[in-house]
Amino acid sequence: MFQILVTLAIYMLIVIPMGIYLFKVATYKKTFADPVFNRIDNAIYKIGGIDIKKGMNWKKYVCSLLITNFIMMIIGYIILRVQSLPIFNPNGIENMEASLSLNTIISFMTNTNLQHYAGESSLSNLSQMAVITFMMFVSAASGYAVCVAFVRGLTGKDKWNMGNFYSDLVRIITRILLPLSIAVCLFLVWQGVPQTFSGNITATTIEGTFQDIALGPVATLEAIKHIGTNGGGFFGANSATPFENPTIWSNLAELFSMMILPGACVVMFGKMVSKPKVIKPKDLKKKSRMEIFGGEGKTVFTAMSTIFIVGLVVCFFAEMAGNPLLGEAGLSQAMGSMEGKEVRFGVSQSALFTTTTTSFTTGTVNNMHDTLTPLGGFVAMLHMMLNLVFGGKGVGLMNMVIYVLLTVFICGLMIGRTPEYLGKKVEGKEMKLVALSIIIHPLLILGFTAIAVSTQAGMSAVSNDGFHGLSQILYEFSSSAANNGSGFEGLADNNLFWNITTALAMFFGRYAAIIIQMAIAGSLMSKQRVNETVGTLQTNTMTFTISLVVIIYIFAALTFFPVLCLGPVAEHLVLWA
Amino acid sequence: MKTKIKTCLNGIKKPLLITLILFIICGLIYPLIMTGISQLFFPYQANGSLIEVDGKVVGSELIGQDFTEDYYMKCRPSAIDYNTYTEEQIDSGEYTGVSSGSDNLAPTNPELVERVENDINEFLKKNPNISKEDIPTDLMTASGSGLDPHISPESAQVQLDALVIATGLSLETLSEIVENNTVGKGFGIFGESTVNVFGVNLEIAKLMGKI
Repeated sequence: MFQILVTLAIYMLIVIPMGIYLFKVATYKKTFADPVFNRIDNAIYKIGGIDIKKGMNWKKYVCSLLITNFIMMIIGYIILRVQSLPIFNPNGIENMEASLSLNTIISFMTNTNLQHYAGESSLSNLSQMAVITFMMFVSAASGYAVCVAFVRGLTGKDKWNMGNFYSDLVRIITRILLPLSIAVCLFLVWQGVPQTFSGNITATTIEGTFQDIALGPVATLEAIKHIGTNGGGFFGANSATPFENPTIWSNLAELFSMMILPGACVVMFGKMVSKPKVIKPKDLKKKSRMEIFGGEGKTVFTAMSTIFIVGLVVCFFAEMAGNPLLGEAGLSQAMGSMEGKEVRFGVSQSALFTTTTTSFTTGTVNNMHDTLTPLGGFVAMLHMMLNLVFGGKGVGLMNMVIYVLLTVFICGLMIGRTPEYLGKKVEGKEMKLVALSIIIHPLLILGFTAIAVSTQAGMSAVSNDGFHGLSQILYEFSSSAANNGSGFEGLADNNLFWNITTALAMFFGRYAAIIIQMAIAGSLMSKQRVNETVGTLQTNTMTFTISLVVIIYIFAALTFFPVLCLGPVAEHLVLWA
Repeated sequence: MKTKIKTCLNGIKKPLLITLILFIICGLIYPLIMTGISQLFFPYQANGSLIEVDGKVVGSELIGQDFTEDYYMKCRPSAIDYNTYTEEQIDSGEYTGVSSGSDNLAPTNPELVERVENDINEFLKKNPNISKEDIPTDLMTASGSGLDPHISPESAQVQLDALVIATGLSLETLSEIVENNTVGKGFGIFGESTVNVFGVNLEIAKLMGKI
């Protein structure tokens, strides 16, 4: 428990400077590294023919995103289909089958990283680099770009200019993702993550048997996998594999890598929306400390942290309690539930990793989620269903702002005030879009789960009978719709039915949400700013934060409680009966 | 019509160029350069932390193995047998290629209880001095990756009595070997104490003259 607290304390220390840097990059302010990066960026703009001064409205911005992502998908799909060619293919991997390729490419472009294949036996080194690693960069950068544009929309300094998508995409990669990846990659290699182009090795063990050892360019993939909150592993067992996550230090590095940018995004948001105030010199020190998050940023950050901590505590104690059935069989449960967990991480780091990966929608796992205790799995599922507890690559922040708008609206109605957020009136049009945006996520999860449980093709994939079987299906679609990518991996999901349904869930979970949210930002942006009066509902107070958290939980309960009762909750009751 | 196609082509020119540039930077240059740097500065780790005896690779420091002989310490159960196999297992199709992962048995799955009970009985047969309650949790449960090289210090301890008989080495020597291969928590805070089974067995094999 103590090590979890220390880990989170360190996180709080690093997230703030990162947020400030992110803010500077997003608002084109000067940073210490400009002399280097300006040259690189300008060269890229020149080749690409991009005029960064040319702003875009929300429609143009979204269109550029969609077209760019579509082109990337086509390139990736082609490579997967011809990967058997002898280019960086030392292990003689075959071409990938069509429906699996489609699933894989949508999965990685939407930053989901759901994997219906095992990397060591299904991907050539070329695919691992040119498809997987490449997409990890661009899908994360696309997400952050949209998020930055969304926040620009909310601040509404300009009536239509949301920024330039291409410029945002390039800047985020060159100034944030790439430098961080290089540093983390080197650290991971130092800790023991392989980085080589050689093929797999067969060792002759000291017992005279053979052992196959899978190698490849793992570290470069591993670094961006966490920094971009992507989550798709080089190997089938993801970050549980010693070669992806060899030591406790690599584990901490991976944890911080996936937590830092989504948290920093909130800091950036707070700084971008906070109004410049006239500060008296004598208050300067005090003020600047208060202004780290900005009032609005603090509301969002506190709400996210509260939900995160509640989930973490439940998950930790559920795993610590162990498995009573194994206890009855005579196996001591003093270490907690160790099935599916690695000794070097134990229950503490595993519970922390599980809660983090589902909250920050990374989808990387350092223990097998299918073998989690029912309540541990419940937390993982719930956080993907909420999809706003920090969330990955900016999208979580956007989802959270949607809930903030909803809370503003509900609270406004309760106390009889006009709903306003950040100086803009929230009216019928925005609320309709907010409602639409909130309904998509449960619709995808519950709709597809219903289809799966009522068809033979869906049910035949289930590997654990009873209530856990429903959890397996539910988890798969929650993970897809939330663009998370982790799984209850017992599910036999590499077939036509699962490849297509999850691809659809991932696709709409990503792009439909982005389009609607950008439309909301676009609509708010074009509005006249209203002056703050005594009648304005304050959104930077503790009361508002509490209302926000309560409303999030109420909405989650209304939509998901019945199905969660039939899955993890029922399994828990059976297990401890 | 012609102008329409032209504007359309112009429309995809920018995204296409940007895609290609980023493809080259992120998908090719970055992994290539990082491989070069890694091979230069960390050649041992970058190539998989392989352990060689007499010039032959016997395994990786970071990957567990399926040890079956009585005189070797045992790893945790693995759904994939740590990718170790014999020639017969290839011929019979029992070993189908390198993989990772676990059987993903839910906590309520009866197969899990059955597997653990069988493993406990087998362990008690081979370690008659140990009582059932003293077997640590990790030794009877499968790891997530199926490749976990570690067991807890308690799990190493319970195997020692049987190892003394099977190896002919003294308890002190074996305890020392375990000590050599134990790593504590990071800064005394992070992670768990671990014993590297592969490391232990290498030392046992050396002392017994097997390698």
